[in-house]
Amino acid sequence: MLWQQLANGIAIGSVYALISLGLTMVYGILRILHVAHAGIYALGAYVGLFSFRLIGNFWLSLFIGMAGAAVAGYLVERFLYTPLLHLPRIAPLIVSIGLFTALEEAFRIVAGPHTLAYNARVGLGDLSIGSFHLTETQILILFVTFAVLVFLWAFLTKTRTGLAMRACAQDPETTSSFGVNVSAIIAVNFLIGSAMAGAAGVLIGVYDNQVWPTMGSLPAYKALAIVVLGGLGNIPGTVLASIVVGLAETFFIGVLAIPFPRDAVAFVAMILVLMFKPYGLLGKA
Amino acid sequence: MVSSFPLTLHPLRLTVFKMISGYLVTILITILIYAMLAHSLNIITGHAGQISLGHAAFFGIGAYTSAMLYTEAGFPFWISVPLAAVVAGTVGALLGIPCLRVRDDFLAITTMGINFVVEAIFLYIPFFGGAMGIGGINLPKWFGREMSKPEYFFLILVVFILLLLIDRQLGRSWVGLAWASIREDEQAAGPMGVDIVRFKVLAFILGSAIAGLAGGFYAHFLTFIMPQNFGFGQSIVILCMVVFGGIGTRWGPIVGAVILGIFPEISRPIMEYRILIYGVILLGMMRFQPGGLLGPDSILSKTFRRAVDRPSCLG
Repeated sequence: MLWQQLANGIAIGSVYALISLGLTMVYGILRILHVAHAGIYALGAYVGLFSFRLIGNFWLSLFIGMAGAAVAGYLVERFLYTPLLHLPRIAPLIVSIGLFTALEEAFRIVAGPHTLAYNARVGLGDLSIGSFHLTETQILILFVTFAVLVFLWAFLTKTRTGLAMRACAQDPETTSSFGVNVSAIIAVNFLIGSAMAGAAGVLIGVYDNQVWPTMGSLPAYKALAIVVLGGLGNIPGTVLASIVVGLAETFFIGVLAIPFPRDAVAFVAMILVLMFKPYGLLGKA
Repeated sequence: MVSSFPLTLHPLRLTVFKMISGYLVTILITILIYAMLAHSLNIITGHAGQISLGHAAFFGIGAYTSAMLYTEAGFPFWISVPLAAVVAGTVGALLGIPCLRVRDDFLAITTMGINFVVEAIFLYIPFFGGAMGIGGINLPKWFGREMSKPEYFFLILVVFILLLLIDRQLGRSWVGLAWASIREDEQAAGPMGVDIVRFKVLAFILGSAIAGLAGGFYAHFLTFIMPQNFGFGQSIVILCMVVFGGIGTRWGPIVGAVILGIFPEISRPIMEYRILIYGVILLGMMRFQPGGLLGPDSILSKTFRRAVDRPSCLG
């Protein structure tokens, strides 16, 4: 029972991590609260679903969903965020909220208000050891998240582009004076972050076996809470916070059956932590 | 014939006329309440420069306080609504103090979190009526009878004008200067002797109290309130009005409230695309006119200034 809940919590936390990582990377480099990131997440799910219906191969549809999300994220950065960087932070925040609202409506108008089934066969099979049970989609989520985390770690620590990206997050102007093309780095940052959100969208689509226009509403705000909980812009902190929130939701609501809305847990955790650590779990002043 | 027209108004016509005026008054009151909310958020976000994404929480606290006092404790409107402002202001102060430990974007998300938690409390604690909300709240009584809606509209309008006058006085006083200094450069304001925490908390108390007052008016106007009326979406609507009209300007938030408040009514023929258009307007506005409609760099302000300046250029 305990192990089962632990596994469930970590699976949910993994999806949160995939969504929140892109958000924290965007914040780290541009200092923008990218609410529309959840719109990109839903877009990834839709692109993945429609390509799956055309092709019939799950892995290919996952890849196309990620690519679609990456392109959308890039366009948002180029045409909406970059021109607004010199303004007070509230301007890009409002643009982001407007974009998110418009995206949700666009999904509803184009794909219809109903939930669409994403009935993909992954071909992994379920795993059962005694009473411990992992479904195929849970294994898929854990596997993809692990792969993405390893990729991200290798990219940020082992490559020159990754090094430039970390430098940009600390001080874009100085980095630029060392001959780094900051604009290109920001673009790469958005491409990777949005591709991860797209992957999360496809995974949730398969996990819940449904894709719907407002599927981004909840992650939009929960991911913000998680990102703040981890210390805005801090990548290991974000992963930690995602797992903590995933576990807290599973345990407090699932096991202890506290009559409290599951989706407010992230915010309660965030407010409690910020009272004692104003810069988040792993954040620094 | 013509002169006797008002006396011989056909009964059917009269009902239609009453229906239209009832509809109009309802919209006017709604817009007025939104204008009050936008104005109160403008104190926190525009004057003192503290981003709040959870303003509807205080709106809700005011509405629930007033509704509970009226229906459960039997307080009249004239006491329950001012108390709603007091309670919302107090909660604003209590939440404002820890909130101010965090800065900028942390503050934005913390206030958003407060909104979600407050809505969850209204929704999940049976004391507050749960998902069913609270009903049986009436329009206020005066001179031994219930107020009509047009009268209620003028009551709110008078209160709002008083609030605007107070705001103008504050803006001219040291408080306004202190807020401006915190908004423009907090790090410089501290060493200049501005008590940053005190003035930030003051902005939070004032903004929350006015939102609570608006909540009280709202509850007695709607006669029935539900937790969903005070969710995060409502906070965003209020914030959009402030930003759309021009953050930090005196009339901008009110203009924003009027335009965005009328929008759902005039866009009924295009119902299907309404929210899409709303999002696009918001996005386009911020992308091309980030100061808002009445902001210092907007097309409107520039045109106006040019029109005013022209004679002096000639002379």
